[in-house]
Amino acid sequence: MATATLVNRRDFLKTTASAGAALVVGFHLGASSADASAVDQEKKTVNPFNAWVRITPDNQVTLILGKSEMGQGIMTALPMILAEELYLEWDKVRIEQAPTDPAIYDHGTGGSGSVAASWLPLRQAGAAAREMLITAAAQHWNVNRNTCKPKDGGILHGARNQYLTYGELVSVAATLPVPNLNTVPLKNSDDFTIVGRDRNRFEARAKSSGTAKFGIDSRPDNLVYAVIARCPVFGGKPVKFDAAKAKAVPGIRDVISIDPVPQGAFSAGGVVVLADNSWAAMQGRRALDITWDEGPHAGESSQSLRQQFIDNASKPAKVVRNDGDANAAIAAAPAAKKVDIVYELPFAAHACMEPMNCTVRIGPDSAEAWVPTQAPQWAQDIIVGVSKLPKEKVTVHTTLMGGGFGRRYQGDFVMEAAQVAKAVGDKPVMVLWTREDDMQHDFYRPASYHHMQGAVDTQGNIVAWKHFQTSTSIAAMWEKNGAEKPEASEFATAAFIPYAAKNYRIEYTLGKSGVPRAWWRSVEHSSSGFVVESFVDELAAAANTDPYEFRMRAIGDDRKIPDFNDPKEGKPLDTARQKAVLKLAAEKAEWHKPLPPGVYRGIAGYFSFDSYTAGVAEISLKDGKLSVQRIVYAVDCGRPVNPNGIKAQVEGAAIYGVSAFMKDAITINKGRVEQSNFNDYQMPRMNETPKIEVHIVQSTEEPTGIGEPGLPVIAPAVCNAIFSATGKRIRRLPIKPEDLA
Amino acid sequence: MIFTHADLLYDSVLAKEGSMAITFTLNGKAQTVDVSPEMPLLWVLRDTLSMTGTKFGCGMALCGACTVHINGEATRSCITQIGSVAGKKVTTIEGISAEGLHPVQQAWIAEDVPQCGYCQSGQIMSAVALLTKKSNPSDADIDDFMSGNICRCGTYQRIRKAIHRAADLQSGKA
Repeated sequence: MATATLVNRRDFLKTTASAGAALVVGFHLGASSADASAVDQEKKTVNPFNAWVRITPDNQVTLILGKSEMGQGIMTALPMILAEELYLEWDKVRIEQAPTDPAIYDHGTGGSGSVAASWLPLRQAGAAAREMLITAAAQHWNVNRNTCKPKDGGILHGARNQYLTYGELVSVAATLPVPNLNTVPLKNSDDFTIVGRDRNRFEARAKSSGTAKFGIDSRPDNLVYAVIARCPVFGGKPVKFDAAKAKAVPGIRDVISIDPVPQGAFSAGGVVVLADNSWAAMQGRRALDITWDEGPHAGESSQSLRQQFIDNASKPAKVVRNDGDANAAIAAAPAAKKVDIVYELPFAAHACMEPMNCTVRIGPDSAEAWVPTQAPQWAQDIIVGVSKLPKEKVTVHTTLMGGGFGRRYQGDFVMEAAQVAKAVGDKPVMVLWTREDDMQHDFYRPASYHHMQGAVDTQGNIVAWKHFQTSTSIAAMWEKNGAEKPEASEFATAAFIPYAAKNYRIEYTLGKSGVPRAWWRSVEHSSSGFVVESFVDELAAAANTDPYEFRMRAIGDDRKIPDFNDPKEGKPLDTARQKAVLKLAAEKAEWHKPLPPGVYRGIAGYFSFDSYTAGVAEISLKDGKLSVQRIVYAVDCGRPVNPNGIKAQVEGAAIYGVSAFMKDAITINKGRVEQSNFNDYQMPRMNETPKIEVHIVQSTEEPTGIGEPGLPVIAPAVCNAIFSATGKRIRRLPIKPEDLA
Repeated sequence: MIFTHADLLYDSVLAKEGSMAITFTLNGKAQTVDVSPEMPLLWVLRDTLSMTGTKFGCGMALCGACTVHINGEATRSCITQIGSVAGKKVTTIEGISAEGLHPVQQAWIAEDVPQCGYCQSGQIMSAVALLTKKSNPSDADIDDFMSGNICRCGTYQRIRKAIHRAADLQSGKA
């Protein structure tokens, strides 16, 4: 029985951009908040030739991308869908980034949602364009349109053996009425020639030759370079500064300051050094003498936060879900059949390879910006707010991104650049973040603490599952009602596990912190996946059952489990699909086959972003050193649009996940981040890369997310393998050498 | 507290102070820059010369995104002062192949290595240097040589395959 309702993740992402913009615009810059609802507004039926496909008379077809490419392959997968309905020759299409036009595009790119959300609209748009081209051809030949068929970028009239290219037809086709998108005939999936086949990344050549332009590569004429000295303590600001020494550094043009924006964009403000080049700006920053007001969070540390978590765990908590009576069932269970443990996860930084940056010029009549952003419309709204220019006078170029992982859904780096550009006046300014800036002023994956209690019966059934969590909630920071429902962003699938447990209780207490946090690759699933899939493994051990067999049995019957967080709109968890990926991964990894001496296995399965994953990890331990040797994945993300791209995303999520349990920990001391660069916040490297195999279920369900779902299973699969090797459980991430001894 | 500095922004007179003319060979052509000799090569390339193929990742030679070749050796340009480059031969991602694509680049595309792609200039520069030293590297050689280059997207498995493929391409096996 639900006692509280959690907020749906997709809506959360969708509304957050607009809510954030509303906060920015409404509270801090005094402009109209009417612009802020752009993301949510109803999309009108637009002429596909104005929005999605541009065809020149010489038949060059350009497909328009309305989402942001950050490495996830959307610049390939989305145009594939359009090209399929348009019967185009894939190798001949060009792809171009859309302008920020909220009337046509929903640019926000996150939540592993781009293919899922675009699948039907792009098919409809492509189909509409194709039908308009067919009509134009039929009119040209004065024949029944049923005799006209699309083929290789043109229309063929079979009986007469006549052929007109789209380029010859487009001037007429584009003026025809747009078919009703809800009834326009979609291509039969049996006839797909592009979707479902391995395609290489559209921009692979540019990215292999140094010509791909990222935000940081923007070089408009008269560019001024800037770096900002931000208060190292979250929430602090400069009281006074002496720029005399900084201004004496060769290449420095000026030193100014910008205000923090403590809501919406959550930008830190600070002292800005403007220079002829990036290096001079960095040198100038070193020479600044700044007195900081460190604000209310100067006393925070990871230690104090952990103590707060421990204290929270001993106090009454908010009951989020309560099926049956978990407390009574646990009390009644024999000690040997009970598990009572705590899992802990630290803050984690995104560490995109391209540090944050944003280039903005604000002139008297117009503004232009080059932004590596997952939220181009929010970027535009921020610049509109700062510049006070009408929206149509603010051009945002969405550039390629050197990684996003959720970090680039933020508006802070845009706000800063807009503030600086406004102060400088009519010259483009790039605000460049150094690695240290990027590491120490991130929006971190929340730190969390999970007290798990459960029990199995003598037949090996789960009789109770109790999950208390306290964490530095994302919702508490971002949502209007975050204070009332801080748990909304923290449980995900942990609130509707696939395992049948009659007595199932979830409790939550907000952990208070001044550390900014937001969406990190797979967001709360990165924690929930670890907790749920480690805990179920512990229950399997309590039941003396093989971890794979235990999971299959605990999942039990085929059924659809409603999304507890969003029962109305969220997709239910289909247990048959979850079991199928577990079975596939186990088969491909030869789960039941003995391993060579010194090699150990662990398994995990998880549902996230409406996709199903399972992973089997093989590890070895030598002299207390962990080596992940092989990971076998099975994924079901609905109909695979670009299997090659899906594999790349899962391979990447595996490595990102490896970083999260073997390496990454952001720790806080005196209100500031202790880590600063890749020496103390380490990344997995080539020599630590396991062999990763990805097996894709050939589903015909609607496509679902894949940028993030590969991540949640990796930590538990490896940690469960470590248990198999050592008999010791890893319950606090990241793994430390002593955990393996 | 926003200062309005639009009219105060001046062309820095200090910019030239301490600068000197430094000549080196860049991708086969003589190049002279007039900058502080302490300025890292990375920023000379990116900001002074607007050659943005070489990337900034960490500024401390920890990630390899800025890798270029100096006299044929893979070098982190973010900690290499331009003064030390005078008279030397610098090759960047823009200059590794006189015509068309270098076999390493061909292999990168064939294996569909890049994801975000930001680190790949540095990865490719390291891989080219590796293959110059070892024409047919083992996995262990690759691990050893390439571990200075971070890829946050986790394309390592494909990089490894691409280096083997490039080795085959260069030796005429593929």
